[in-house]
Amino acid sequence: MLVAVLTYVGYGVLTLFGYLRDFMRQWKIEKCQNATEREEQKDFVPLYQDFENFYNRNLYMRIRDSWNRPICSVPGAKVDMMERVSHDYNWTFTYTGRVIKDIINMGSYNYLGFAQKTGACQEAAAKVLSQYGAGVCSTRQEMGNLDKHEELEKLVARFLGVESAMAYGMGFATNSMNIPALVGKGCLILSDELNHASLVLGARLSGATIRIFKHNIISGADMQSLEKLLKDAIVHGQPRTRRPWKKILILVEGIYSMEGSIVRLPEVIALKKKYKSYLYLDEAHSIGALGPSGRGVVDYFGLNPEDVDVMMGTFTKSFGAAGGYIGGKKELIDYLRTYSHSAAYATSMSPPVVEQIITSVKCIMGEDGTTIGRARVQQLAENTRYFRRRLKEMGFIIYGNEDSPVVPLMLYMPAKIGAFGREMLKRNIGVVVVGFPATPIIESRARFCLSAAHTKEMLDTALKEINEVGDLLQLKYSRRRLVPLLDRPFDETTYEETED
Amino acid sequence: QEKEELIEEWQPEPLVPPVPKDHPALNYNIVSGPPTHIITVNGKECINFASFNFLGLLNNEKVKSAAQSSLKKYGVGTCGPRGFYGTFDVHLELEERLAKFMRTEEAIIYSYGFATIASAIPAYSKRGDIVFVDEAACFAIQKGLQASRSNIKLFKHNDMADLERLLKEQETEDQKNPRKARVTRRFIVVEGLYMNTGDICPLPELIKLKYKYKVRIFLEESLSFGVLGQHGRGITEHFGINIDDIDLISANMENSLASIGGFCCGRSFIIDHQRLSGQGYCFSASLPPLLAAAAIEALNIMEDNPDIFQTLRAKCEWIHKALQGISGLKVVGESFSPALHLQLEESCGSRENDVKLLKRVVDYCMNSGIALTQARYLEKEEKCLPPPSIRVVITVEQTEQELDKAASLLKEAAQSVLN
Repeated sequence: MLVAVLTYVGYGVLTLFGYLRDFMRQWKIEKCQNATEREEQKDFVPLYQDFENFYNRNLYMRIRDSWNRPICSVPGAKVDMMERVSHDYNWTFTYTGRVIKDIINMGSYNYLGFAQKTGACQEAAAKVLSQYGAGVCSTRQEMGNLDKHEELEKLVARFLGVESAMAYGMGFATNSMNIPALVGKGCLILSDELNHASLVLGARLSGATIRIFKHNIISGADMQSLEKLLKDAIVHGQPRTRRPWKKILILVEGIYSMEGSIVRLPEVIALKKKYKSYLYLDEAHSIGALGPSGRGVVDYFGLNPEDVDVMMGTFTKSFGAAGGYIGGKKELIDYLRTYSHSAAYATSMSPPVVEQIITSVKCIMGEDGTTIGRARVQQLAENTRYFRRRLKEMGFIIYGNEDSPVVPLMLYMPAKIGAFGREMLKRNIGVVVVGFPATPIIESRARFCLSAAHTKEMLDTALKEINEVGDLLQLKYSRRRLVPLLDRPFDETTYEETED
Repeated sequence: QEKEELIEEWQPEPLVPPVPKDHPALNYNIVSGPPTHIITVNGKECINFASFNFLGLLNNEKVKSAAQSSLKKYGVGTCGPRGFYGTFDVHLELEERLAKFMRTEEAIIYSYGFATIASAIPAYSKRGDIVFVDEAACFAIQKGLQASRSNIKLFKHNDMADLERLLKEQETEDQKNPRKARVTRRFIVVEGLYMNTGDICPLPELIKLKYKYKVRIFLEESLSFGVLGQHGRGITEHFGINIDDIDLISANMENSLASIGGFCCGRSFIIDHQRLSGQGYCFSASLPPLLAAAAIEALNIMEDNPDIFQTLRAKCEWIHKALQGISGLKVVGESFSPALHLQLEESCGSRENDVKLLKRVVDYCMNSGIALTQARYLEKEEKCLPPPSIRVVITVEQTEQELDKAASLLKEAAQSVLN
């Protein structure tokens, strides 16, 4: 409670200062450092409203150095960063030319550690690059459908356990171009509160009616809210005409990237079956990262992949490549091959990227003859449990499910966002901090993405530094203290919980 | 109780309607091997007249070796968006190089060509703003406009009189409500070289209209970047216009630069805004570094060999002349445009039959060694659906014999199929 009040006070102070500085800039007391409009176009309608940029100018600029950090090596467990300094409070950056080496990378989405510059995947990709070239220069429906794409799609369908799959060049575009192809006017989309921008954009472009159900942080997606919406929708029909809806599509994500929560898939599937609607599951973060064999949230819950009507995912996170896919029944995929916006107008995937995905999927499935894939999936699960437990013991507030490799650590106050990012960088650990507008204004957080490539030593170093910084910045908000386990780190025994 | 009955009775439509097996867009051509000058389609070796590989850089050894060294240094993927450790020094270098090449202040890179213009337009134009757009604008622009929720006013293709009429109407509207007019932003969106019709926009007249009616211009240069202009800088160089007069130039790197992705360039005042509000930039993973390195090398080659643009334009003129006079097919496009359309002179009545007829022409050519494709559109989604056509693409790698062969083959095909 106190924390919430202090956070609001913090933002209030920043806002006041913002107004003061804007005032001074307008009266030319302080120099205006923004880029400005051309002289010849000064009497055009202004391109940006003053108020829109208020947040940008006054709050974002102060802590801008925590984002867009340029790196110059493989985004693996350790990364090299280019050093940059700012002499005018973050308005401009200059690169000193030095490189900060071996920063422990807790920000890249490298869940299974496939971001490597050596190894089977990279060699295969190099061979395909020299054979096929880098680009494709045509769309799927015209001359851009290579034999590699067909191979990839068959492999992805086998990996997911569905009849057929189709791959696209960009994960964001997969959502924004295929949801409009599946639903249109007269259909209803039920989407979770915290869905990703690509799902929201796809839903808006489709022209269907959108209703939002609440996201319950502890249990993943509020089932009661969803059930109520479904009942109301079927009973009342479309808003003005009262005609029945053509289709109902439920959009959920496997792991929510800002919360770390896992969707309660068994319950969603039960609801979907009861009310005869369709389920669109976006496994951007969960494919490869959850489940005993790495096949995503469906595997994690042990369900049948055929229950999910549309399984969508991206190759950027766990497979170390780029692009997205949709898997499902053969009729669905045939329809998408004909009517998807991406198949007709957007370039197909680049061949070396396709080869990287093929090798990494084979590795996870174990078909390349090694057990590397399986070992990585298990390593990730162990790292996740260990890291989360240690952070909770130290007394931080952590959101999300116990098994999700995305670990958000609450910061709340605006000043701490910048401080946390900078302190951790000083100690050679790269973290990601997020604030408004990606999260609600009082709930800013630091987000750790665990990887199978992190060894226990790296995690221990990171935990030690987080502990120090947490004490320095007073981040240990949790009022529940867990008694630390004595010396059995990977055991699932029960522990005592004491209330403060 | 009644509610339970309603829930029982309601039957939704199937998720997707079934697609007939012989739908023309369902059976893709399978290309085995690289889609370069000689391409193996469905098992047959053909000369490639269908991939947008204008400068022939797809198979260039220097480009491939630059991508290889980048692969060895960075791996394949970037594992994150630009904001969270996904910004590599290759991206920064590519942005600088593009800005320098196009002689603008700044450039921003997207990881997918389609997403470039579809994210750029909604970043500036919001609900209540007005956008004047050409009828023949490509699908990506249409999606960008739809996402922006602004008022769209279409003007007839390349018809400046129609555009001026619309602008005058808007002016009279403004005078009725000056307060609202002072905050409504206005944009014109045009393409340098239109993909759907193969002709260029009259940019000098557009600039005059811009200053007269105070509208901003967004120029989409996917096909004209690396084709028009003495050094390949696009339509602004072709007409000799000061690049600062255009507010935003957007292009994709998938045509001339033979890579993947897209970029926007312009003044920092405009481009910097996209770094926080371009959806395809902030919420999507960044471009894989090997593709960025390939694009840098392609840019190097473009800068070192400025005569390829002249060669390309000469070849386009040649084939434009050679394709005139085919009975039954007419050539649509400028004489120096490397992406032409061949449309039926007389339609058979229904679009479906036209498509089937053109498919027979294309199949005839493919069986004899020239790879062509029909231009694909989503019939229900386009605002102004272009008529069915065969797409002919000219690249610098095609020799004059091959161009002649293609022209004579098309003549034969048209004779046998259409008569």
